[in-house]
Amino acid sequence: MRRVILIAVPYLWLLALFLVPFVIVLKISLSDAAISIPPYTPTLDLSAGWQGIRDFLAALDFENFVWLTQDDLYWKAYLSSLWIALASTAMTLLAGYPIAYGMARAPEEWRPTLMMLVILPFWTSFLIRVYSWMGILSQEGVLNQFLLWLGVIDRPLMILNTNTAVYIGIVYTYLPFMILPIYAALDRMDNSLIEAAEDLGCSRLTAFWLVTVPLSKNGIIAGCFLVFIPALGEFVIPSLLGGSRTLMIGKVLWEEFFSNRDWPVASAVAVVLLLILVVPIVLFQRNQERQQEAEK
Amino acid sequence: MNRLSWFNTVSLTLGFAFLYIPMIILVVYSFNASKLVTVWAGFSTRWYGELLRDRAFLNAAWVTLKVAVASSTLATVLGTMAAYVMVRGGRFRGRTLFSGMIYAPLVMPEVITGLSLLLLFIGIGLDRGVLTIVLAHTTFSMCYVSVVVSSRLATFDLSLEEAALDLGCSRAEAFRLVTLPIIAPAVISGWLLAFTLSLDDLVIASFTSGPSATTLPIKIFSAVRLGVSPEINALSTIMIAIVTVGVIAASLISKRNLVRQRRDELAAVRG
Repeated sequence: MRRVILIAVPYLWLLALFLVPFVIVLKISLSDAAISIPPYTPTLDLSAGWQGIRDFLAALDFENFVWLTQDDLYWKAYLSSLWIALASTAMTLLAGYPIAYGMARAPEEWRPTLMMLVILPFWTSFLIRVYSWMGILSQEGVLNQFLLWLGVIDRPLMILNTNTAVYIGIVYTYLPFMILPIYAALDRMDNSLIEAAEDLGCSRLTAFWLVTVPLSKNGIIAGCFLVFIPALGEFVIPSLLGGSRTLMIGKVLWEEFFSNRDWPVASAVAVVLLLILVVPIVLFQRNQERQQEAEK
Repeated sequence: MNRLSWFNTVSLTLGFAFLYIPMIILVVYSFNASKLVTVWAGFSTRWYGELLRDRAFLNAAWVTLKVAVASSTLATVLGTMAAYVMVRGGRFRGRTLFSGMIYAPLVMPEVITGLSLLLLFIGIGLDRGVLTIVLAHTTFSMCYVSVVVSSRLATFDLSLEEAALDLGCSRAEAFRLVTLPIIAPAVISGWLLAFTLSLDDLVIASFTSGPSATTLPIKIFSAVRLGVSPEINALSTIMIAIVTVGVIAASLISKRNLVRQRRDELAAVRG
């Protein structure tokens, strides 16, 4: 009996507040927008019995999904989100790997402190970390002032409100997610393997490519997914740092819902985003499972 | 192997400079006397004063704190239960669905979670306010708690619990007297994680809050949309200071516990 309660409470909570809402999103994505409360039709009328359910199902269609393919705003936003997420993941890897490598090679007694320094930004508000770049990248911002003072440029650069600022924002906020799994993989690595490779005539660089990189492969994969998946649906970064021409699907969904008040289209946008995310999520899950099995 | 090569020194220096310089600049400019954020006009704590006199901000801070305490506490209870079910529950019907529902919210884009919860609340006619934000935050943060707690439970030595049962404890007593004290650090870090996630969340709160409940992130977001604001710089500095003190304290405490544990072990060996 006690066991049933233990299972039932979290189970029912997640069913009611996680699964059921998705079914509702799916249903509304098949509805039509209407000027009413709630702003869509049809609504399910259970009092009409089977006939009501049949009428309800008959009124659902894929019109909104057809609309998504016709208006080029949407597919451009999906493609541009995919591109931005992919490119910024690659940049985060390039920035994060040397840091993780340096941490793993640092003297043992420094490592807890370095670890703490990587984790600290993660506990600090995401919103504030994104916001901090607004003052740096703006036309009169710290970076432009610095570059003007150095004499590298003679007119301020336009960085804020461009895609460049979005890339900087994503790399900055997700960097800890890249560093930690790679560091964990490198930390576990047996250093004698590299010494062996060097003894056998490898140069330092070759030993790095042939030994270190393959051994940290799982950390690299985990880090890339941890950056790519949330970056794809990102809203805060493109809306604060990006410009009006920055197209990202999270922002489109937000505007469709709050500005246009078109709930069915917003729901359809969400369903398609979820379908796109299924692939990387499944691949990530598989990578994690393989890693866990390898550790056993 | 004990000295850093120049390459590692450079990459660590640049890396940590990149991570910290933006926050340091934010903190420095929060003490700027000028309203123009980019012009340095001398040291002043003026913006802190204005911030503390701003009732809207104080109200938002209070709402945020209430939501964070309520949702993280609920999430810790539910998440610990879920973790226990996942690790010790054995087989039951719908287990795959259950573990899917635990892991899915971790990777779900916030805009989708927010939208779907809002549509649910409207569907059942629940007025949007503090309650709906608490429900929303509890739902996604309980999954984080359950991941943290279940990783501790998985490495837990089962024989300890079995010994308690052999010695006449009931299952509930064994959990309260043996299991809970051992997994307590994980439960506490789960609570802290849930608390921070709730404090931090903008997107889900924006979807699920009504006009009666504005949280701090919503307030900050609407203020900085128009550009940099000195009051927000002051607020950010306060938040960064709290987190920094918290993280350093937590790491000192865990270090001290580790040292004490080692000393006890050493004493036991010498015994």
